[in-house]
Amino acid sequence: MGLFSIANCRIAGASACVPVNVVNNADYEYLAPSEREMLIKTTGVAHRRVADATTTSADLALQSAQHLMQSMQWNASDIDLLVLVTQTGDYLMPATSRLLQHRLGCPKHCITLDVNSGCSGFVDGLAVASALVSSAGFKKALLLTAEIPSRYASPTDKSTFPLFGDAAAAVALTSDKDAAPLFFNLQTDGSAYEAIMIPDGGMRSPVHPVDSFRLNTFAPGIERNRLQLALDGIKVFNFSLREVAPNIRDLFSFAGKELTDADHYVFHQANMLIIDSVRKKLGLEKELFPISIDRYGNTSSASIPLTMVSELSHELSSKKQQLLFSGFGVGLAWGSCLAETSHIFVPELLEV
Amino acid sequence: MNIQEFIQKVEHEFDQINPGSLTPESKIRDYFEWDSINALVFIALVNVEYDVEINADDLQQSETVTDLYQIIENRKNSVA
Repeated sequence: MGLFSIANCRIAGASACVPVNVVNNADYEYLAPSEREMLIKTTGVAHRRVADATTTSADLALQSAQHLMQSMQWNASDIDLLVLVTQTGDYLMPATSRLLQHRLGCPKHCITLDVNSGCSGFVDGLAVASALVSSAGFKKALLLTAEIPSRYASPTDKSTFPLFGDAAAAVALTSDKDAAPLFFNLQTDGSAYEAIMIPDGGMRSPVHPVDSFRLNTFAPGIERNRLQLALDGIKVFNFSLREVAPNIRDLFSFAGKELTDADHYVFHQANMLIIDSVRKKLGLEKELFPISIDRYGNTSSASIPLTMVSELSHELSSKKQQLLFSGFGVGLAWGSCLAETSHIFVPELLEV
Repeated sequence: MNIQEFIQKVEHEFDQINPGSLTPESKIRDYFEWDSINALVFIALVNVEYDVEINADDLQQSETVTDLYQIIENRKNSVA
């Protein structure tokens, strides 16, 4: 059953970090100027951040985690659990969270886990981390997300390249008997796994010295090799329009709340057209949906906490908030979470 | 739902179509190509307004405004 609740776990803080390098989609010379304008208008991605060639997911996650720990005065020696959500780990193995245990200076008894999830990744990771915090009674845990999608998008694929940005985020979780329950609704449809994928480089289809690197043309302006991200825009779009709104309605009803009870609906920043269309299907006001995609692009599993930090820091740090998180995409997987926060630590967005 | 309403919504959504210029017999490709962005905008419009799912094949196989309207109407009736 995809619907469940987790008690005794509190969201205590959130931070995010983006590379300082800004890329302007108005300068995307692969497209004609009119097409660029249309792309920016429809997807909402005007600018995005791109990491330099030597920066990895672990580097961004480390910065974001240290930034949050500093603001909360947390010591690395007290961290019991590190969950890292990423699809762009530093290595095929080992898991990147293992490296972060050492780089953050966490003790050897600190549990480390990677969650291989993208667009729905923040909600997936929150479910895993909060369940462990709740059942084990951990005092201090960090949920990290780090993504460098700019590394796997083909510069000659207009359906992916101009959409994605790099970012990392950190969320602090603590065991707390007085915490309001977190409500979750997680769903999966693996039959459509090909709708968003990197075909080669795994064990099903290992890197081939020639075939993996050959550029294939799928449509005008859509050219990539088999080690780069393939995205079936229409299929993913229809999936989102079909599944996301019912998933959220079911979550509210499971939690015994009205659809309108949340103060903010923090959506995965997939693209503006999807966010707006799902919002209309839910019949909710635009003002309730914080948006950061115009400046940071689609940052995969980092997009929800990044949007919390960049758009809601004042509300989150100064009052009680009822938040709805919704992530949807690669898998295909989609999930939502209803969370209550109160006066949490939100240090300023970090640029590195 | 009627085809005039549908036409108005399409004209409103797509800046490249002058209001009042579209008729039921108009050929879609005289106005624009079904590139990925146009397709997504149209699919979103139909999904939000009529709660009907349109896919890439539907767009490729439709020649006129009436063809598109028929798909929506048939699918809406089959659901209801």
